[in-house]
Amino acid sequence: MASSSGAEGASLDDYDSLIATTDVELLKRAWRNEKAAPEILRFEFHLISRVKEQIQLMEETVEEKSSGGNNPLSVSLYQMDLDRTLFLLRSYLRIRIQKIEKYMFHILKTEELWNRLSKDEKDFARTCTGDLNRHLEETVLSKLPENYQSVLKQSVISEEDDMVPEPELDTFVLCRSKEYLTGIQLEDGPADDRSKLFEMEPGVLHFICYKSIKALVESGKIDLL
Amino acid sequence: MAGQSNHELSLFSAEELEFIAEDEIVDIVPNLKMGPLNFISGDFGPFTPQIVTQVPLWLAIALKKRGKCSIHPPQWMSVEKLSQVLETERDSQEMSDQLPFHYVEISRLLFDHARDNIPNLYMVRSLIEDIRNVRFHKVETDLEGFNGRTIAVKIKNLSAMEVNIVRPFIGKALQAFYKHDSPELIPDPERVSDRRPQVVNNAPRRQLRR
Repeated sequence: MASSSGAEGASLDDYDSLIATTDVELLKRAWRNEKAAPEILRFEFHLISRVKEQIQLMEETVEEKSSGGNNPLSVSLYQMDLDRTLFLLRSYLRIRIQKIEKYMFHILKTEELWNRLSKDEKDFARTCTGDLNRHLEETVLSKLPENYQSVLKQSVISEEDDMVPEPELDTFVLCRSKEYLTGIQLEDGPADDRSKLFEMEPGVLHFICYKSIKALVESGKIDLL
Repeated sequence: MAGQSNHELSLFSAEELEFIAEDEIVDIVPNLKMGPLNFISGDFGPFTPQIVTQVPLWLAIALKKRGKCSIHPPQWMSVEKLSQVLETERDSQEMSDQLPFHYVEISRLLFDHARDNIPNLYMVRSLIEDIRNVRFHKVETDLEGFNGRTIAVKIKNLSAMEVNIVRPFIGKALQAFYKHDSPELIPDPERVSDRRPQVVNNAPRRQLRR
């Protein structure tokens, strides 16, 4: 286990390494969840640093093997394995960047979301919002009447920031539970369903409103796909 | 952005589904001698001629392409088993659970790269095609039973490819039902009057084409 700084998901990571899942498997899950979730999820600090370490080690090994006159077949197979892992990692990071670009103002002002970003992502979001702000200021906003010059608001009479795109949490997502879950409260459902408790059998696919299972995704009980 | 599927539409591209399916384990019979491979994704091998060993599909295909092994098609990919599955699928409106989640991708990959290792190739291929069609027809009829009362839809034994095909439709449909049912979107007259017809909608604005 890497150092335990910064993340609440450490216990989950422990559990998963106990049941002997490879980090690639975990990364694949994180990638799928990130792809399927409408909002940005917590950055997998530990997992990503472990994977990066392994990638670096493997790059060195491949380098060594190919210069050492090893069996070229085995070298190319190692390279393929490396490429697959690299793809997962890149794709994971890119989806997050796409989400940050889309919702940067919202993320910047929502502490909960802000804390889900890695250090690099925070830097990126800061620079990005700064640049966009300046750009809009210079090209459009400064030329508008005084009441309409905010990046975040339609006009000064808006009570909330109504020009900030937010992720739609009531998107329907497809998910699968790992264990038998009961008593999922579908609070946000249509009026007559609201009080009903919902149960989920392991392995069965469900289309469900993201809002209702948000907490379960965060705690790792449910996988999105 | 290259290599990224459109988030709004189908989430996973066909290539990405194939990528996921390539991690499924298959039996191969190598014809070369090679030490164990200690990959990031796990340890495989050692490889000894004529000794069956288990590897992920991508590795099996890589070896096969170089003529270094033959692949044992999974048990469900036999004429006998598939005929039985087809029959079950035809007999009931329920989706059967006898095929793996990635059956479409796995069979496709094997047809493309290991056709000489599949007995009765043409028969197997047309059976799988038939099963796909029957199953998809069932999915379509199931969709007709949709109504606004559904807050969550349970789907049993849908395969990865089928999920990917119906996802955009079901997702949007459920969301539409949900929205029309939601009290928040019924405009509050008080607010509207002093704010001009300007409803707060923080949903993402239409994206410029990338």
